[in-house]
Amino acid sequence: MSTKFTVNGKSVTASSESDTPLLWVLRDELGLTGTKFGCGQGLCGACTVHVDGEATRSCATAVEEVAGKKIVTIEGLSPNGTHPLQRAWLAENVPQCGYCQPGQIMSAAALLARKKGKLTDADIEDAMSGNLCRCGTYQRIRKAIHRAAGEA
Amino acid sequence: MNRRRFLQVSGAAGAGLIVTLQTGLPAFGADAKAPAELGPFIQIGTDGIVTLWVTKSDMGQDVRTSLPMILAEELDADFAQVRIRQAHFDRKFGRQGTGGSGSIRTMWTPLRQAGATARAKLVAAAAAKWGVDPSAVTVANGVVRANGEKAKFEATFGELAAAAAKIEIAADKVALKDPKDFSLIGKPRKRLDTADIATGKAQYGIDVVVPGMLYASVLRSPVFGGKVASVDDTKAKAVAGVKHVVKVDAIGTDLPWNGVAVVATSTYAAMKGRDALVVTWDEGAHAGESTESLRKQLAESIGKAEAKESRGDAPAAIASAAKTIEAEYELPFLAHAAMEPLSATARVDKDGAELWLATQFPDWAAGTVAKLLGLTPEQIKVNVTMLGGGFGRRANPDFALEAVQIAKAAGAPVKVQWTREDDMQHDYYRPATLHRITAAVDDAKKVTAWHHRIAAPSIDSYFEPEAKEPWRSETGGIEDLPYDVPNFRLDVAVARSGVPRGWWRSVEYSINGFVLNAFLDELAHATGRDPIELQLSLIPKGHVQKFEDEKHPARQWPFKSDRLRAVIELVRDKSGWGKPVANGRALGFAAQSSFLSYAAQVAEVSMDGDVPRVHRVVCAIDCGTAVNPDGIRAQIEGGIVYGLAAALGQKITIENGRVQQSNFHDFPLLTIDRMPVVEVHIVPSGEPPTGTGEPGLPPIAPAVVNAMFKLTGKRVHTLPIT
Repeated sequence: MSTKFTVNGKSVTASSESDTPLLWVLRDELGLTGTKFGCGQGLCGACTVHVDGEATRSCATAVEEVAGKKIVTIEGLSPNGTHPLQRAWLAENVPQCGYCQPGQIMSAAALLARKKGKLTDADIEDAMSGNLCRCGTYQRIRKAIHRAAGEA
Repeated sequence: MNRRRFLQVSGAAGAGLIVTLQTGLPAFGADAKAPAELGPFIQIGTDGIVTLWVTKSDMGQDVRTSLPMILAEELDADFAQVRIRQAHFDRKFGRQGTGGSGSIRTMWTPLRQAGATARAKLVAAAAAKWGVDPSAVTVANGVVRANGEKAKFEATFGELAAAAAKIEIAADKVALKDPKDFSLIGKPRKRLDTADIATGKAQYGIDVVVPGMLYASVLRSPVFGGKVASVDDTKAKAVAGVKHVVKVDAIGTDLPWNGVAVVATSTYAAMKGRDALVVTWDEGAHAGESTESLRKQLAESIGKAEAKESRGDAPAAIASAAKTIEAEYELPFLAHAAMEPLSATARVDKDGAELWLATQFPDWAAGTVAKLLGLTPEQIKVNVTMLGGGFGRRANPDFALEAVQIAKAAGAPVKVQWTREDDMQHDYYRPATLHRITAAVDDAKKVTAWHHRIAAPSIDSYFEPEAKEPWRSETGGIEDLPYDVPNFRLDVAVARSGVPRGWWRSVEYSINGFVLNAFLDELAHATGRDPIELQLSLIPKGHVQKFEDEKHPARQWPFKSDRLRAVIELVRDKSGWGKPVANGRALGFAAQSSFLSYAAQVAEVSMDGDVPRVHRVVCAIDCGTAVNPDGIRAQIEGGIVYGLAAALGQKITIENGRVQQSNFHDFPLLTIDRMPVVEVHIVPSGEPPTGTGEPGLPPIAPAVVNAMFKLTGKRVHTLPIT
């Protein structure tokens, strides 16, 4: 059993069982551990990746569902960590434990790709309310997304 | 199947199986060349790269930036040349346990001495090399200089390190910097790990990969204290990738859960195998426990509570008082719910074991693992990864002890991965509790008596059920009540429960700070006084409470009432207290000293029906010398969010001995659309530093409910609010 798709621009053939969540294929089979496991139920957003440009919870997406699709993970968001959001995360000193942040950045990146120019707080809340942060970095996440939207 | 054979098979089956050996965390650049050791925390390479060991665990409090700042300050290193390494368990590093908001507080002096001693060695090496007096040698930004009689000398740390390492200088013989000369301490510095975090490179416990590793998922007894009665693993073993089914035995309070582990070639196969297990449980003594049965027990036992502290005669003063006020407060069990579910990776050989853990206490893990295996702690290597949150949960060694049992039985390295449900239903919970306070007020509106009763399954009584002092450590803030009340009494009662209890961010202060501040607001209302004015009137000026025992670890930080008064006055002034607020909004206030720091908050709140919306929180914090001010701000923001989420909607309830909540749908975290604007004001101070990981939490819940009272006229006596 194998599933073909692209991850961060490279073609891969995953051999995991077809019902395996994309999250575990990325982490265990492909070694891309930047995508995090948080809840397994699509409730926290830590596992967010882009599937054909859409922010998608990889823990609740079977690998067979992404056959032929383009996946982007946090490792592939930019060549050298230079995406406007990654720069903004540094500028606003966002992370505490950092565990949820790849998912936060991937959700925010999908928002920035979808909506160009300045964002409202409501835009950010709509896009980001499914991404949980236990450390409480939301104030800085909000600032960083505004900053990146201004630069993007 | 031996390890090599396994690697070949899985390598062939996988589309590019990645095998890496995780031995340390990113060091932010190249490692030092030929490093010389200048004490246990510092290595300097011939290339001038300074490697600093971080011996405390980083669960988001950013000790991986702040502790190196302290070392580099006294060393006069160039921070651009500094690399950090996360310390594995090693006794040479001293106590490595991380908790009690103690990393900065306890490492402040040792790290300053270590930095200054290494600097003195470099100076001595330079003086000897150049034939000058050490007093003529200066150090700045990693360069050592001297103006000799005939020539000017200059050398880098890298050129002097090897010679310096051979020089003996005692740490207590070295002068520390005058704080006015600090160039790193006190200036905001950004988290060194952010670039790795933002690109997915940061390595947490869950990310560990060891060659030949298998993966495990454990079905634990749903009832606390339950045992495995029978296992039918036929279906589990039929799942593709499943290799072994292993029983895991409880080890007292260090590992409270019996379970059955399924070991497989991938995380998902292990989880599927575990779901296919058919296990019957001997549910044991706690199968009948419920939240209701505990509530009944608390209500009965609080009347029989026994005196722990008494000054004056509170019952007599209350009996003869003109006016008394009484209130009861009930708080639930709480789970930690760090974003990274627990995991542990272990490899066991006949003469040792190696673990990779997101742990707060590598020393505790090493000690208990050694005991389990019949080895010495020195034979146990514990590598500490980054922690995806901790909040007290990762103190306990249970997850390490499970992994060691499974790895030993499987004969291969094993990573045990907990699910969110596992994590929420097998925690060491913040205790549920009932408080009752009766106070007497005289005709001059002065509080003359305070009788405080507590009933709870205390944390101490979980770890030591027969302890003589089951309330040894959980009455902080109450037994040392900072208010000038002539008649005071604290009575405590222990309730029995099978639910494991542990240290949840700010521990007893999350309870006691709520109760004290909510009750003070009731007193203020009953006496027609302003809550801030009332609290200031109760806190004496100029009072200093020293720790009597000279060996007390906190003797450097006596309680100073003026510091508590100052944060209250600062938050009053910064929050606009007493001034008009927007329509439909109100301000609530609370202040609490905890973990030797002082915090006061004002919350601006409105109501969405029955649910409070917190718009803004102003916090004043006095944590002594501010090492990294932006890190302090982040910790206060974090404490507020953690406490607010709990107050708004979190509880762990028990039915048939089982935890009823399982994931974020029924144990909700705060979301970004509910995030208040948080303003943090740090009191300038020359006092030795104390922590901020926890002290920002206790004031938020009472500040919110006190604001709610102004809006609704109703008191909140039970948490969570909704």
